[in-house]
Amino acid sequence: MMIELGKYATTVMSAYGVTVLLLAVIVVQSLWRSARVKRALAAQEARMEMKSNG
Amino acid sequence: MIALLLRDLRLAVRAGGGFGLSLAFFLIVTVLVPFGVGPEGGTLARIAPGILWVGALLACLLSLDRIFALDFEDGSLDLLATAPIPMEAVVSIKAFAHWLTTGLPLVLAAPVFGVLLNLPGPAYPWLVLSLAIGTPALSVLGAFGAALTVGLKRGGLLLSLLVLPLYVPTLLFGAELIKRGAEGGATAVPMLFLAGITAACIALVPFASAAAIRVNLR
Amino acid sequence: MSIWEYANPKKFMQTSSWALPWVTGLAVSAIVVGLIWGFFFTPEAEGFGSTVKILYVHVPAAMMAINIWAMMLVTSLIWLIRRHHVSALAAKAAAPIGLVMTLIALFTGAIWGQPMWGTWWAWDPRLTSFLILFLFYLGYMALWEAIENPDTAADLTGVLCLVGSVFALLSRYAVNFWNQGLHQGASLSLDAEENVSDIYYFPLLISIAGFILLFVALVLLRTRTEIRSRRLRALELRERAA
Repeated sequence: MMIELGKYATTVMSAYGVTVLLLAVIVVQSLWRSARVKRALAAQEARMEMKSNG
Repeated sequence: MIALLLRDLRLAVRAGGGFGLSLAFFLIVTVLVPFGVGPEGGTLARIAPGILWVGALLACLLSLDRIFALDFEDGSLDLLATAPIPMEAVVSIKAFAHWLTTGLPLVLAAPVFGVLLNLPGPAYPWLVLSLAIGTPALSVLGAFGAALTVGLKRGGLLLSLLVLPLYVPTLLFGAELIKRGAEGGATAVPMLFLAGITAACIALVPFASAAAIRVNLR
Repeated sequence: MSIWEYANPKKFMQTSSWALPWVTGLAVSAIVVGLIWGFFFTPEAEGFGSTVKILYVHVPAAMMAINIWAMMLVTSLIWLIRRHHVSALAAKAAAPIGLVMTLIALFTGAIWGQPMWGTWWAWDPRLTSFLILFLFYLGYMALWEAIENPDTAADLTGVLCLVGSVFALLSRYAVNFWNQGLHQGASLSLDAEENVSDIYYFPLLISIAGFILLFVALVLLRTRTEIRSRRLRALELRERAA
């Protein structure tokens, strides 16, 4: 499966590695924050709902 | 308007900070560099234009947050906003006052610091000229940064992060002008660029600063 | 039906919740296809060896780094002129993505430069202007973080984005003057003569499309998050006031 990269194997691999890693960081951060805010908003809305219903 | 300028100057002198402190900071930077780089005259002479410009930049940065902060806290900025002069003029005058208290002393003192860094003889007129042309842009851009951060409690560090990238073109052409002047090269191009940047900054940036001040006073 | 309808947060939330899965799917497939094609099925290039494969991550990231700033400029202008909140929030949402793209371009460039030019870093005009762009992204994000009131923050960052754009451009040409670079010229242009050959061109186009789609998906997601967090803040304030 692995292709021949020659003497620059580490160079190419590390460039792809860095890219994937950084993209993963921003994707995970976006998803994580999205989930957190969504949860907080749902909790807040539920709490205010309860209050207004007495 | 002149009254405002005089008031700002008087405040700066009375507080004693602005003036002396920036100059002393500039001196410290120029004194520290040879300790870091080594005392060889050739090396120092080569890097002197850059060091002097970076030193001027940092010294200018020190007093930026005071341009608006005091007036914002005691409410006189609100009074100025309702005064019959436009906010753009207020911002320009304050930037001018800042230049008179920090930029101008730096320009005048720079040749002395040049001696410390073994700056070659033909470079001195160019040093003074390039700082004289370039430092007004530093003050005007600094006033913009100060206007953005005036409402913040600890805006100082953020202010430097915002303002320093804006200083890149000025620094680059300013140092290049001295370097070329020292080597007797063609100085017209960097000089015109430097002057053009400064003129454009003086003409346009106050509008952005005034907009930022208005937002912060809202 | 006009584009301004999407400036309504509710409308934006509806449309984006429908569009997000599609864009995400397309983005993932384009990136996977583009990068796998580029990585496994392209030949080595004369003079570059296998390092030419770095092209498929370096060029799209660099393009996005610049174009995201341009997008932030447009959305900031829309906010400053027409006062659409979604626009300001989209600019806020885009900045961290632009920062990451700039980082990718810088890192892959350094990794590529090491064998090709024999150095990780050179003060070459293109490299230098990317570093400056990085600083502008940092300053922009820091200003957003620092200001408490969301509308004030949107206004001030909008103004900063305007002024920053002018100076980023100015610095780009100023550094040209200051140092002639090692970096090769644009490898993508409409002029076919100076283009890279087709074998490299198609996978490159696909990965560029993938990066653009990924950016769109992330911006939609992050803007949705910002809208929710704005609503959360409003609800909390209302509760405290009641």
